[in-house]
Amino acid sequence: MLRYLAAQVFQAALVVIFVTLVVAVMLRFSGDPAVAQFQGASAPTTEQLQQIRRAMGLDQPVGVQYLHFLGGVLRGDFGTSFRGGTPVGSLIRQALPPTLLLALSSLLLSLALSLPLGIYAAVHRGRWADQLIRFFTLLGLSFPNFWLGIMLVLIFGVTLRWLPPSGYEGAASLVLPSVTLGLILTSTTVRLLRASLLDVLSAQYVTVARSKGLSERRVLYKHALRNTAIPVITFIGLQFGGLVGGVVVVEQVFAWPGMGLLALQAISNRDYPVLQGAVTVLALLVVLINLLVDLSYGLFDPRVRME
Amino acid sequence: MTPLTPPAVKARSRRRIKWTADLLMGALLTGNVMLAALLASLIFPSGTDVMDLSARLQPPHFTVPHPLGTDPIGRDVLSRVVYGGRISLTVGLISVALSALIGTLLGLIAGYFRGPVGAVIMRLADVQLAFPFILLAITVIAIIGPGLWKLIAVMVVSQWAQYARIMRGQVLALREREYVQAAQALGADDNRMMFRHIIPNAVGPLVVLATLNVANNILLESGLTFLGLGVDPQIPSWGGMLADGRTYLQTAWWVSVFPGVAITLTVLGFNLLGDWLRDALDPTGRS
Repeated sequence: MLRYLAAQVFQAALVVIFVTLVVAVMLRFSGDPAVAQFQGASAPTTEQLQQIRRAMGLDQPVGVQYLHFLGGVLRGDFGTSFRGGTPVGSLIRQALPPTLLLALSSLLLSLALSLPLGIYAAVHRGRWADQLIRFFTLLGLSFPNFWLGIMLVLIFGVTLRWLPPSGYEGAASLVLPSVTLGLILTSTTVRLLRASLLDVLSAQYVTVARSKGLSERRVLYKHALRNTAIPVITFIGLQFGGLVGGVVVVEQVFAWPGMGLLALQAISNRDYPVLQGAVTVLALLVVLINLLVDLSYGLFDPRVRME
Repeated sequence: MTPLTPPAVKARSRRRIKWTADLLMGALLTGNVMLAALLASLIFPSGTDVMDLSARLQPPHFTVPHPLGTDPIGRDVLSRVVYGGRISLTVGLISVALSALIGTLLGLIAGYFRGPVGAVIMRLADVQLAFPFILLAITVIAIIGPGLWKLIAVMVVSQWAQYARIMRGQVLALREREYVQAAQALGADDNRMMFRHIIPNAVGPLVVLATLNVANNILLESGLTFLGLGVDPQIPSWGGMLADGRTYLQTAWWVSVFPGVAITLTVLGFNLLGDWLRDALDPTGRS
């Protein structure tokens, strides 16, 4: 277990280094940040640029700059925004809670929908209900999340006026973005749950349990369902990376003031410290979730604990 | 002694295409989209940028000039949807073809010639798989600017690892199979082993993954273009049309609805084909 843990942590650290390195290198190729930073009315003089570069530490070698950034991240210091000089850390602290709230509520919604649907489809395999569920999940997989969001806004926000079409005020504004993200997540989770349940239901120990005369309900909940936990949890962990991507798009559709919107605004403002900080934090989040998923195997599968 | 034939070759000659509902629907949807994209310049010889400022934001009507209505500057929505299909299909198909080719090759190398090279390839693949694509895309496109080929390049960089990992697993499993070991014992060289015995028996799951990834990449392309981080906003694409139409949601629904329907149906088509392939290639017949 300890070796397994160490290997997972090492892997996670490798990913973080890779991500931050890619971002740092890309930003170096993006042109001189000093020019973007300059706020004067006329074109900057060479001396002015030099001064900005020195102030930002850009006159140092790239490797030193990267280590400096990495050291800053470890201390929670992401530098300051080009616009207004706000510390990037405080911008992220403001944007992170809305994003986590949105991700969590859509994850819960999708679990609440996909557990019953997935189990029902697997148990009633091949019947019309299964076919219907399959069709709708396939359709759900094919919906672009931003378009689903736009359509929900058009129907419930603009035409029926039941829910606020966008913004971040109160619980009602959480509904449409969560449904947008949750429905698409549900489609994938239902399909996976159904497939892995069917796999398990054809295993020998299930046949044994049935032939012992256990009720179908007991076989399903005591024997089969537990053994689908690992693939489903793995999958949800992997989905989290995709969920972060979905969050970025959906936050833009609903003007939800989270990390995605922060990153997109940083792009249109050419505010590279903010972009670098936002991407780094999002990547850290994804890596952390995947690490937790890996570690949770021990909880569900005694074999992992024994290793 | 009778010559050893790999089982897949034999099985393939016996395999008949079973026309299921999935295959029928999938082929119909993807076929139509591809046909429309191919014939776009025949159907709409005047292109997509003809502006009719006297006919701005016209609602859809069955009569000919603008069956799906017009956009805020009087361009025909139908012709833009048809031309937009070209972009989506180009990105979806080329990105998948390139990443599948590179990934399969690297996975084959990693699985067939184990050792340091294989270990490095797989470590790289692990890192790539743990990294969320959209963050990479956002960073890269934000800095180098939007563009069709840049988008395809980002997709290839982030997706080859999926194919590499599956291919390596397949090769490792196939190497232990008796017919492969028999072929090796009979003196088959590396080339013959790989191309005759391993690759033909390993491609099944890769084809399924590739088909589903075409669907996935069409969605990614439209999403990123919608955010202004995909293909050039000047050329007609489904994501770009949706971004333009959003402002007119309250007054002109058709500008946003039809490109979205086009994306959904195209992606649904590829997903259906992928599902059908999975069922057709899976001997256990899970569904």
